[in-house]
Amino acid sequence: MLKIRNLYAGIEENLLPTGQAGKILNGIDLEIKAGEVHAIMGPNGSGKSTLASVLAGRKNYEVSEGTVDFLGRDLLEMSPEERAGEGLFLAFQYPVEIPGLSTTNFIKTAVNEIRKYRGQDPLDAVAFLKLMKEKMALMNIDQSLLSRSLNEGFSGGEKKRNEIFQMAMLQPKLAILDETDSGLDIDAIRIVANGVNKLRSKDNAVLVVTHYQRLLNYIVPDFVHVLYNGRIVKSGTKELAFELEEKGYDFIKNEVNEEVSQ
Amino acid sequence: MNTIEYFKERFDQLQRENSDSGLKFIRQKAFDSFTRLGIPVRHEEWKYTRISSLFNKEYNFPASEITTSISWADLDTLRLPGHEQANELVFVNGIFSFPLSTIRSNQLLVMSLEEAATGEYSDFVTKHLGHSSKYLKDGINALNTAFVKDGVFIYVRKGQIIEHPVYIYNITDARKGNVLAQPRSLVYVSENAQLQLVETYSTLGLDESFTNQVMEIIVEKDARAEYYKIQNDAAHTNQVTTTHIRQIGKSYTHTVTISLDGGLVRNNLNLVLDAEHCEGHLYGLYLQKGQSHVDNHTVVDNVKPNCFSNELYKGIIDDSATGVFNGKIFVQPQAQKTNAYQSNKNILLSDNASVNTKPQLEIFADDVKCSHGCTVGRLNDEGLFYLQSRGISEKIAKSLLLHAFAVDVLEHIRPEPIREYVDKLISERLECDLT
Repeated sequence: MLKIRNLYAGIEENLLPTGQAGKILNGIDLEIKAGEVHAIMGPNGSGKSTLASVLAGRKNYEVSEGTVDFLGRDLLEMSPEERAGEGLFLAFQYPVEIPGLSTTNFIKTAVNEIRKYRGQDPLDAVAFLKLMKEKMALMNIDQSLLSRSLNEGFSGGEKKRNEIFQMAMLQPKLAILDETDSGLDIDAIRIVANGVNKLRSKDNAVLVVTHYQRLLNYIVPDFVHVLYNGRIVKSGTKELAFELEEKGYDFIKNEVNEEVSQ
Repeated sequence: MNTIEYFKERFDQLQRENSDSGLKFIRQKAFDSFTRLGIPVRHEEWKYTRISSLFNKEYNFPASEITTSISWADLDTLRLPGHEQANELVFVNGIFSFPLSTIRSNQLLVMSLEEAATGEYSDFVTKHLGHSSKYLKDGINALNTAFVKDGVFIYVRKGQIIEHPVYIYNITDARKGNVLAQPRSLVYVSENAQLQLVETYSTLGLDESFTNQVMEIIVEKDARAEYYKIQNDAAHTNQVTTTHIRQIGKSYTHTVTISLDGGLVRNNLNLVLDAEHCEGHLYGLYLQKGQSHVDNHTVVDNVKPNCFSNELYKGIIDDSATGVFNGKIFVQPQAQKTNAYQSNKNILLSDNASVNTKPQLEIFADDVKCSHGCTVGRLNDEGLFYLQSRGISEKIAKSLLLHAFAVDVLEHIRPEPIREYVDKLISERLECDLT
């Protein structure tokens, strides 16, 4: 589904203070197949969020080398909205507040824009409402939240639940969860994880970006990768996550630094 | 044209032909002011809006008109949604036209200013007509008053709630030459009465039009007045409009000014809180493109204690358009416990768009709450990316974001057909302009 080859990326040079190196990702290789759940872990500043941003097409990031293939197409050539149309979804670490835009209106526009991209007719009001009701129940979201302005005044938990609710509405093929667990209490983590699990199928895939192992108790990954200094330095199964939780990231750092010095 | 001389000739003629008019002295006083003040050149209040060049052109300037040049078919093309349920007052080239107007509310009293000044209501006219000149010490305001004749007097009696809004169409017929129009109205909302006014400006034809309009509204105790200004005229039209509201009893007013198009637009909005416990809300939205110039000059004068005012103006400026916001708040020495808020927010969509925004607070009392703030920025990139990442095209995403920005002004348009109409105009504009 997703093939990342030798990806180098960073902040656009003209946005940096002079003399500062903009490279954040230093040769990422990663392949995700349909039906799989991958987790990317790593210490602060290792490039986790940059990877998520580059994949979703955020401005101000520059790819200097490498390729990303998504379902047979060159992902990096596509605009953010095309990526969404093709089935990519990014759950934001910091969902944006947009006063004046109702959440329902936003989601309806998104659903129908994606349908348009895929050559489908827009959903009529009845069908849309039915789909919403179904997904609201799944995410334990109240109607009153959806009639409010998008994310405005939402609590941290409400924002993250709203992200997964959008994911449920848009039914992506690959969902990237960028630190969706940050700022959530235990109950909220469970609701969010539960939502993600119910959306899993053999046809779609999930990439979970997180600092902590806790979320992975609920969304159980098939593979765990450790990102450090913009490279995947270690990959393994879910046991790797437990090892990290126990020993901290230092043991990875030490391993890497030893390799470098050898 | 030699401005003063040109108008002097017209003025003398007007006074000669109407020598027994009750408005004669008001006109004379105003013309003297106009002669003294002239057209504003290097005037502090006109720093960013140059209008002297508008007076270098030749205009048809009907000080009064015998037959109107507007047909019912013309009027139909200009009517606003909801007109079937509205009182409609029509000005043609600045002259109020009774035949084209429709009064649906029996309780609404409408007569020409000339008639009001000579009859039963002469005291109201003498007392209130021209109050705006205290706040607008420039020749433009005086020029309107100097030629006041066929304006309109709107009177709402004590306790009357006018259920149908009053739509006022200011039409200039520029199909045969440039036109200078000076509509004038005086509105009196008595104790316990309620009135909604919706005012719009339209030009027929391709010659230039210049409208210099003044409306003065007096609001008595326990009364409520709402005023909506919708400006969506063509790029070859120019407007200086003055809306002067004076609350003389504990009352409520609410104004929304929407400027969507036009060449040069200058709106003076004065709110005089001349009684204790008055409440006034002022909202504005300007959505500009091309070379348009929109200048909103507002004054909130807290004359008496314990008044509340809230002001929010928002601008979206594209192409090489320029916006001006100047918001004055006066708190007079006796006006303790004043609450006055002001905010102006702008989004510039192009490198050539600009806005001059200036809050101006003059506070002479010591126990007041006043705040002001202004911002000028671009569309939020992060918001744009958020919407795009959900599959929404850049164009629609921008349109949604700008619409969202405008919503907290639009939602204050209370007559539903007008709100829907403005909403639709804005959505269409945002979708077709953005690239």
